[in-house]
Amino acid sequence: MRSVSVDLNHDASLLIDIPDALCERDKVKFTVHTKTTLSSFQKPDFSVPRQHEDFIWLHDTLVETEDYAGLIIPPAPPKPDFESPREKMHKLGEGEATMTKEEYTKMKQELEAEYLAVFKKTVQVHEVFLQRLSSHPNLSKDRNFQIFLEYDQDLTVRRKNAKEMFGGFFKNMVKSADEVLISGIKEVDDFFEQEKTFLLDYYSKIKDSTAKAEKMTRSHKNIADDYIHISATLNSLSADDTTILFVSVQKVEGRVASDQELKLTELLRYYMRDIQAAKDLLYRRARALVDYENSNKALDKARLKSKDIPQAEEHQQQCLQKFDKLSESGKKELTSFKGRRVVAFRKNLIEMAELEIKHAKVSTVVVYLVSSGLVWSQQLVTFK
Amino acid sequence: MQPTSLEQLEEEESKDSFDVDVAVTNPEKIGDGMNAYVAYKVSTRTSLAMFRSKTFSVRRRYSDFLGLYEKLSVKQSLHGCIIPPPPEKSVVGMTKVKVGMDDPSSVEFVERRRAALERYLQRVVAHPSLLQDPDVREFLEKEELPRAVSTQALSGAGFLKMINKASDAVNKMTIKMNESDTWFEDKFQEVENEEQQLRKLQAVVDSLVNHRKELCGSTAVFAKSMAMLGNSEDNTALSRALSQLAEVEDKMEQLHQEQAASDFFIFAELLADYIRLLGAVRGCFDQRVRAWQRWQEAQSTLQKKREAEAKLLWANKPDKLQQAKEEITEWEARVTQHERDFDRIGMTVRKEVLRFEKEKAKDFRSQIVKYLEAMLQSQQRLVKFWEAFLPEAKAIA
Repeated sequence: MRSVSVDLNHDASLLIDIPDALCERDKVKFTVHTKTTLSSFQKPDFSVPRQHEDFIWLHDTLVETEDYAGLIIPPAPPKPDFESPREKMHKLGEGEATMTKEEYTKMKQELEAEYLAVFKKTVQVHEVFLQRLSSHPNLSKDRNFQIFLEYDQDLTVRRKNAKEMFGGFFKNMVKSADEVLISGIKEVDDFFEQEKTFLLDYYSKIKDSTAKAEKMTRSHKNIADDYIHISATLNSLSADDTTILFVSVQKVEGRVASDQELKLTELLRYYMRDIQAAKDLLYRRARALVDYENSNKALDKARLKSKDIPQAEEHQQQCLQKFDKLSESGKKELTSFKGRRVVAFRKNLIEMAELEIKHAKVSTVVVYLVSSGLVWSQQLVTFK
Repeated sequence: MQPTSLEQLEEEESKDSFDVDVAVTNPEKIGDGMNAYVAYKVSTRTSLAMFRSKTFSVRRRYSDFLGLYEKLSVKQSLHGCIIPPPPEKSVVGMTKVKVGMDDPSSVEFVERRRAALERYLQRVVAHPSLLQDPDVREFLEKEELPRAVSTQALSGAGFLKMINKASDAVNKMTIKMNESDTWFEDKFQEVENEEQQLRKLQAVVDSLVNHRKELCGSTAVFAKSMAMLGNSEDNTALSRALSQLAEVEDKMEQLHQEQAASDFFIFAELLADYIRLLGAVRGCFDQRVRAWQRWQEAQSTLQKKREAEAKLLWANKPDKLQQAKEEITEWEARVTQHERDFDRIGMTVRKEVLRFEKEKAKDFRSQIVKYLEAMLQSQQRLVKFWEAFLPEAKAIA
């Protein structure tokens, strides 16, 4: 399974992957495997079990960390969602009495394959999240990241403590991020002005495209499901080989088509979330600017009143430093993000086009063979 | 009466070959408002001497086709034959057409009906006995046909009943038929099972057609969204690639539309035809059972007459006795006639079913080939679209 992101896992000093995962009812247990040459770790090669909530904890702690305010924090992996195959499995169970044994077995097999696909996908997004972190010069050194990778006990206790400590301050702020704030501030820096305009517009467009792509993918899946039903029903009919061949052609079409679409949908969804992370960075910088401007006002006030001037001056200096740091780091992050995004789109669009071509060519051959076979056998019949 | 062997029946059947081609084309709306109807051009091309010329055409409306079916299904001479049924009435469809023939659903309805009527006629002329029927010839040749009024009053449901002619006779039998060979029982069961399965299949194919239409819609919407995203993109090469992708998706929508038409007109309609035809097959089995019933009833009447004669013999009434003897002779003839009819119909049914199965296999095969050819074209175009897109994607920097 290829990832939608790029530049991952190239640095041999810290290699992370998820080689294994278990699904127990609703919970997925990921085996996070680390291979490292860094002395900061206790062992060079080790694995720990982690749940989805642990990943969220890690993500949230990073977001809350002041030091990383100037960085684009990789978006958290979405929760494993087995709703669709589970619902279908349930429906299948209900309808078992109305279908033959073969139909039922066939449909069950298809659903199991779907379940497996969802499972593989969720492993991949969790893996990519960690690999984004390990490839980042700053984030890879994070203490909590190390704990996540190394700590061989259950992280649940730590997770609870973290929640109490931070109370999700930054996270909540970012969640209720008022875009007016970002777009409302007077921007002095051309770079950020352009970025702001671009990101706000692009985000709304990519969000729309993601939703529309998801709808298109769902339509494709419905068609693929119909083919499964058709093939199952045809099997019960005393249909000859021709009809069955015919349906297998259709089935391949259905599955393949939906795979292609899925790739595009995943690309869009991933970068939608990534752009949200970039927007969050802009938001934090905007807040820092507001703080700086407020501190300026406070300083003027202090000077007017001739009261608490040194504190006000110090506060102003701190705000300025923070703002400058955020701006410098933010500029670097946004520039590399741009490059990364373009490279990822290129890679995925090429792959998608190549897959479409390959599959269309393969099915052309299959369709040609099947129809030739049919024509030939038809001629045999009339000859007789 | 010795039953002809199956091999002999096969041989007879394969000898039949026809040189009649019919087509139903040029739907034209005649009149306005609720009395409007659609007239179709029915063209025949033939080398058979019994027709007035080698090529000719007439104008017919839907009720004419229905009228033909009605005439054929009640003919004694055709008992045991599988009479192909025409497409169902559709009040909804026709009302749309009466209002206006321009919107896409009306266009689709008219095209669907035209194609179904054509297939119906082609099946009729392909049938050796039906082709010989004067009503069929009249339908194809005569300039003006008297309006078939009885079909006017028939509702959609009444019509379906007429077409399906449910095998009530089998269920209502008081005396079970003693079949010396189980061919008829087994075949009937086979037909019923197959019909059931086809209905199931039809339901799923209908779902497929709908989902395919949905896909068209969502692809078009997605293409627009991609175009917007491309406009937003600040990297020039990527922006161009995204716009190109939007155009490819637009083309994909076109392909999906064609695929939906293929699904519907080739696959779904094939199933609809054969569900109707299987109903007709059940109908001819039904007719054989009725023939058997008539024979049984005649035999029982004959028995009663003989008993009556015996009573009269004992009562010594010479004039009534003469009448009784005449009646017995009459009924003996009837019994023989009904027995002959029953045997004849049995043979016809066997022959018809054999022919039907052959035709069905041929039909399915040729429709599937058509479907696959359309799919082949589609795939080839798809390859071209994506091959044109690929360099745009590679040009991103």
